Amino acid sequence: MLGLNSHDLKMFIVIAILTLAAPILLNPFPDASALGESFNAGYPALMQRFVIFGILVIGFNLLFGLTGYLSFGHAAFLGIGSYAAVWMFKLLSYNIVPAILLSVIVAGLVSVVIGYVSLRRSGIYFSILTLAFAQMMYAIAYSDLLGRMFGITVTNGETGLQVYNDDPQILMSAGDPTVPHLFGITMNGSSTWNVGGWSFIFQNGYYLSAIFMIAAFYLSIRIFRSPFGLMLRAIKSNQTRMHYTGLNTKPYMLAAFVISGMYAGLAGGLLSAMDPLTGAERMFWTASGEIVVMSILGGVGTLIGPVLGAGLIKYLENIVSKINDGILHNWFAFMPDWLDNLLVTIIHPFIGKGWHLTLGLLFMAVVIFLPGGLVEGGQRIGRLFRRKKSTDAANGATKPAE
Amino acid sequence: MGILEVKGINKRFGGLQALGDVNLSVQENTVHAIIGPNGAGKSTLLNVLVGKLIPDSGSVMFDGKSVLGLKPFEITQMGISRVFQTPEIFINLTVMENVLIPCFAKRDGAYRLHALESFASEKDMIEQAEKMLEEVNMLDKRHMIASSMSRGDKRRLEMAMCLVQEPRLLLLDEPTAGMARADTENTIQLLKDIRTQRGITMAIIEHDMNVVFSLADRITVLAQGMPLVEDTPDKIKNHPKVREAYLGEAQV
Repeated sequence: MLGLNSHDLKMFIVIAILTLAAPILLNPFPDASALGESFNAGYPALMQRFVIFGILVIGFNLLFGLTGYLSFGHAAFLGIGSYAAVWMFKLLSYNIVPAILLSVIVAGLVSVVIGYVSLRRSGIYFSILTLAFAQMMYAIAYSDLLGRMFGITVTNGETGLQVYNDDPQILMSAGDPTVPHLFGITMNGSSTWNVGGWSFIFQNGYYLSAIFMIAAFYLSIRIFRSPFGLMLRAIKSNQTRMHYTGLNTKPYMLAAFVISGMYAGLAGGLLSAMDPLTGAERMFWTASGEIVVMSILGGVGTLIGPVLGAGLIKYLENIVSKINDGILHNWFAFMPDWLDNLLVTIIHPFIGKGWHLTLGLLFMAVVIFLPGGLVEGGQRIGRLFRRKKSTDAANGATKPAE
Repeated sequence: MGILEVKGINKRFGGLQALGDVNLSVQENTVHAIIGPNGAGKSTLLNVLVGKLIPDSGSVMFDGKSVLGLKPFEITQMGISRVFQTPEIFINLTVMENVLIPCFAKRDGAYRLHALESFASEKDMIEQAEKMLEEVNMLDKRHMIASSMSRGDKRRLEMAMCLVQEPRLLLLDEPTAGMARADTENTIQLLKDIRTQRGITMAIIEHDMNVVFSLADRITVLAQGMPLVEDTPDKIKNHPKVREAYLGEAQV
């Protein structure tokens, strides 16, 4: 079905269901409870980030995972997509269709140029070239170099680009919403379902992004399993043999790079559609680094890994950084005071602004113990269960052991 | 007129004359061996033939067309395949995938961005690859990852990857280097079979005289970048200049 084999289809359906049910699944604790306040992730702003960064890392993985070429400047395409979308809001209207179309197209065009130059080299040199390009783009955006050259606003420098009342918005008619919308359905609109101590929020913007992510995921499965995907994996494996098999690796690499850049552009466009303002910091090299970390944490070159990695990092970023000493004291209130204070002192550096420390430790643990990322962790657990089952069967002597 | 005509090739690396006025003519449907002591320029010559090195002067014509200045993938598309000293295969991919890639390259040319097609619609490619694997007795290994195979199997796989493209000329760079005797015998047999069944022209660089004399129709001897002599195996065996330059030290 859908041109997928049964294993891929199962995985795709599971991801689709999880994504669509996320507003419920990510709110396991009643809202008012202490656990709910700290660990619930089912609120729109965070869930949007899960799926949008999911798209970004799925695209990144098409390049890095399949070909092994590590782009260290992928956030540039995210930023370009964001700027393009906000410009569409400023010039045309708040309808997100032209905004998202343009963000994908512009990111694609820019990635053709950057890819064409960067792909002349491989390995660390490729990474450095992409990093250099991204940092140049960041500098151009941060100082609005293009704008100053022509005496207009292009990126609006460090203030960031946003929509003002006196912008042309030529396609805007009187009754249109003044926030991003899809033919009248506003992105920030939502319906809430109150049940018991829970209230689940189903936001339009989240569902739009979620549908894009599901589509992006589907597309990436198709690419992974296509002859094109095979060629990309072959490039990762042995370029010499590629050349002596009569294959020109350049167009394959460039196509992978551009597809991956367009994914990032889409993610950027969606970020702007959720919140119509953007700044240069979205293109900073740490943002590119984060994409790499997400990818490795989840499992490079696996289909599902990038989504997991993006989700985990965005979850940690929001949840761990929200925890403060007061919350800790609440949790440990049942302990004697000295133990409470001691624990809070120990944990203090790892929470709030120190969430990067937690992330660093987690990253180290994954890289050392699970080089295949979270996906490898899942596979090991899966094998453990299967082995148990098969030994059970052997003990029952109904089947010969394999 | 041979299928491969090399005329007056010169290649210099700094002060070293790697190739000096080398001529070579490989006739269709023959096995042409290139031998010579270490540093004689055999590998340099091979790299010139496949487009990896560009000679300082001279011409290389394949099937009446010049290949000088063409990239390796273009030369491969013209019908020259190369087997490496250490098998160059896609070690992270399965045996089947290894053979599928050259099938696609043969059918689709240097590139084709079939990103959304599935293998389900490529039955003829899969059939072709399976048939090739059957011919080299590797069909039962088609789901193995290539890196987990023995060296002999890797060599056979590489050969299969070249043969499935039905090349007009197969270049072999010391195909039995570092092999055990049994593997060497198998490889000789494999090459003989290829020759009788497919009639593929081969140019082979080899150290092992046993291999050379059991396969070659003609032999070119290189010494210090210069062609010393070109003749049939029987004549080469007894050629005084060759014995002096090469065979003498090899104790044949």
